[in-house]
Amino acid sequence: MIKVLLFAHLQEEAGKDQINYDRESITVKELKTSLQNDFGLAELEQVMTAINEEYAMDEDMVKSGDTVAFIPPVSGG
Amino acid sequence: MTDSLFEIVEEPIQVEPIIKKVERREAGAITTFIGTVREWTKGKRTLYLEYQAYIPMAIKMFAKIGEEIEKKWPDTMVAITHRIGRLDISDIAVVIAVSSPHRKAAYEANEYAIERIKQIVPIWKKEHWEDGKTWIGDQLENVPYPDGKPDAKDVKS
Repeated sequence: MIKVLLFAHLQEEAGKDQINYDRESITVKELKTSLQNDFGLAELEQVMTAINEEYAMDEDMVKSGDTVAFIPPVSGG
Repeated sequence: MTDSLFEIVEEPIQVEPIIKKVERREAGAITTFIGTVREWTKGKRTLYLEYQAYIPMAIKMFAKIGEEIEKKWPDTMVAITHRIGRLDISDIAVVIAVSSPHRKAAYEANEYAIERIKQIVPIWKKEHWEDGKTWIGDQLENVPYPDGKPDAKDVKS
């Protein structure tokens, strides 16, 4: 199982802050597409991804047991 | 607040304890940056803000900024505390304290820290304007991602 965390506007669009995906392995890009299809999320092009709290690229693989966070452009400070 | 150099808190931030964290006998300067909630942005009135963070990763990214600063300005020490939750006008959102043997490094490293926070630390603010609300992707303030997203080399550790 892959744990997906959503923040900021993504959380509001999906209506939840966490989604569990029953997959063994998937690329970040595939995960984004599947999330868009399943939850009708808008553009994820600008959204960064973190796997287990480290920034990752679209080509990176996510495995069962990983925590993936989708990170919209940040606005701290 | 704890003794940790990098923190995310929900209660109001006290500045003095953060300064104390970077006090050292070899330091001749401590700079502090205090980021506060602004009421007016380009003619739009903010009523209050809500900050959200991916806390464990945000703390890791603060520590990464600390490491970057240590490389660029050796002998500096950095402490960062960011508040999340609901903040009213003039509330303190972030405090950065940097100590160094001489003042120039403390000024430069402190500015570097806030710029990096705005690029890589997973914290978001939701503006509750007088006429609505929006999550800010920083597009109204500056452009942290010139290519639409952070450069992978900037964010990967």
